[in-house]
Parts: sequence; C-alpha cells; structure tokens
Amino acid sequence: MKELSLNILDVAENSVKAGASLTQILLTEEGDVLKLEFVDDGCGMSEDVVRSVIDPFYTTRTTRKVGMGIPLLKLACEQTGGNLEISSTTADANPEEHGTHVTATFYTDHIDFTPLGDVSASILTLIQGHPDTDFLFRHERNGRVVELDTRELREVLEDVPLNSYDVMEWIRGNLQEQYEELSEDGGYNGEE
Amino acid sequence: MKSLAELQAIKNRMKDKVVLRDGMEGARVVVGMATCGIAAGARPVLNAFVEGVNKEGLEGKVTVTQTGCIGICQYEPVVEVFEPGKEKVTYVKMNPDKAKEVIEKHLKGGQVVSEYTIGTVAV
Repeated sequence: MKELSLNILDVAENSVKAGASLTQILLTEEGDVLKLEFVDDGCGMSEDVVRSVIDPFYTTRTTRKVGMGIPLLKLACEQTGGNLEISSTTADANPEEHGTHVTATFYTDHIDFTPLGDVSASILTLIQGHPDTDFLFRHERNGRVVELDTRELREVLEDVPLNSYDVMEWIRGNLQEQYEELSEDGGYNGEE
Repeated sequence: MKSLAELQAIKNRMKDKVVLRDGMEGARVVVGMATCGIAAGARPVLNAFVEGVNKEGLEGKVTVTQTGCIGICQYEPVVEVFEPGKEKVTYVKMNPDKAKEVIEKHLKGGQVVSEYTIGTVAV
C-alpha cells in the first residue's frame, strides 16, 4: 500500500464485514510513535482465526476466509520496528461484549515508515460504502484532536443517508478544517 | 467551522429528495474495494465516480456502490456498470480520468467505452 490511510480503509472493512455496529478508528501520535487502533463490536474471532489472519499461510485453508489485509498492515508496522497485536472475543464467548481490537504501532522516524496519506478520504470512502453502520474516527497528535462520530451526525440527519453527496461534502469540509488546525505545527495529511 | 447547524440545513433540504430516490431504477456503478482494489488505486476511482455523477446531475439516475474482490485482481481497479435490461459492462485498470470518460460517454451518453472494458484490455 502506498499510504497507511489505504491500510486503514482496508482493515476497517473487516470490522464492517464482522457485523460491527460501531467501528472505531483511532490514531494516536506521540513523539515518533504512531499507534493505529481498530476497535469494533462485531462478531469477533476465535484464537485460531486470529492466528490465521496474522499469517495467511499459517493454515491450508479450504475456504477463502482470510486475506492479505492484516498481513499488509503487519508488514507496514513491523518494517518500522513496530508491531501488530490483535485481541478478539467472539459473540459465543461473550454475548454482551464481543468484538475485535487491532493495534498497530509504528515508528514514524524509521526510513521505512509509510506516509499516512489522505486519512479523510479513507473515512469518507468507508461512510460512502457503509452508510448504515457507525464510525468513530479520532486522530490525536501532540494533544490536538480531529474527531468524527457518525452517531452524532445521524442524530441530526435522521432519515437522510450519511452518504448523500451534500452530507459527504460537509464531512469532507469538516475534517479538512479540523486537520488544518491540527497541522499548524506541521504534519503529513496528504492530498488525493 | 462546518457546524452541525449547517448539517441540519442540509438535512432539511434533502428530506424530500430521499423519498424520490427510493423508487428509482437506474444504472448501478460498482467499484471493487477489496485489498487488491484499494492497493491498485480504487479509492480515487470511486471518488471520481461519486463526484462526477453528482457534478453531471446524474444522482437521480445512477448509484455508486462498493463491493469486495471480484476475482480478477490483476485488472484492478475494476468497475462494473449494471443497467436495467442490458448486459453488465466490466471496466478494468481504471483511473480517475478514465472514470470521468465513462461518466461522460457511457452513463451520460449511453455509449460503452469499449477500450477500457475487460474484453479489450485482456486480449
């Protein structure tokens, strides 16, 4: 992937496919450490499945259950000296609180750190494709925060779909304004 | 700041439109957005379709949606166009400029852009 934001788009899709009603995408930057987390309330995975999504060649699968999304994210963080962790609880194991938590840690000073790219475009793409599920996006850099919670927008919009063009443009503008404030001290939110 | 009040105004403006849209039966543009598609550049292609369809005033006639892996990863970004009563058209190795052309010629003009279809590219 050319930009980390594309990994974000790709891996967040897994949460949606797992039936999550809320997918949280959390970016935290502190010094030269970037933490990227996905927290969802989807169906969760068993320990075996968690192992096999980390390494698609771990098992000879008969069905095409596992893809390259997580391995590519793992590669992207490990090549900077960071790591990837997944914890998951299946709905069978805990009907009240289930879901998956993926944490990828990157060292941004490393020469093999992939630029973050246009994260807003990825968030917009997720909303465009899945207007009926909720996303909480939060990007924290040196104490400053960019945040978007589709649950808040849905409250205002009622029946109007989140992926209506005018709503998407509003979201785009809103994120852009927030990023401008965040980037006053320099940053790397790219353009598409 | 893009305020919630502004969003409220959008909502009020959109309310009536939503009802109209439910009954429509137009073309469907489907962009492959699995790992393979994303890595090959599907995000800006999808963006070009969403933007272009709106700019050309086609939003009542054309819907743009996303799908997973279609199975021809080497030809990504792949875009399928479904129109009622017509055969599916599969565009391959797409980019935003090609997307604009497909909107102009195919979705607006009714002429399939054959040079970007899988039948032409894969031969």
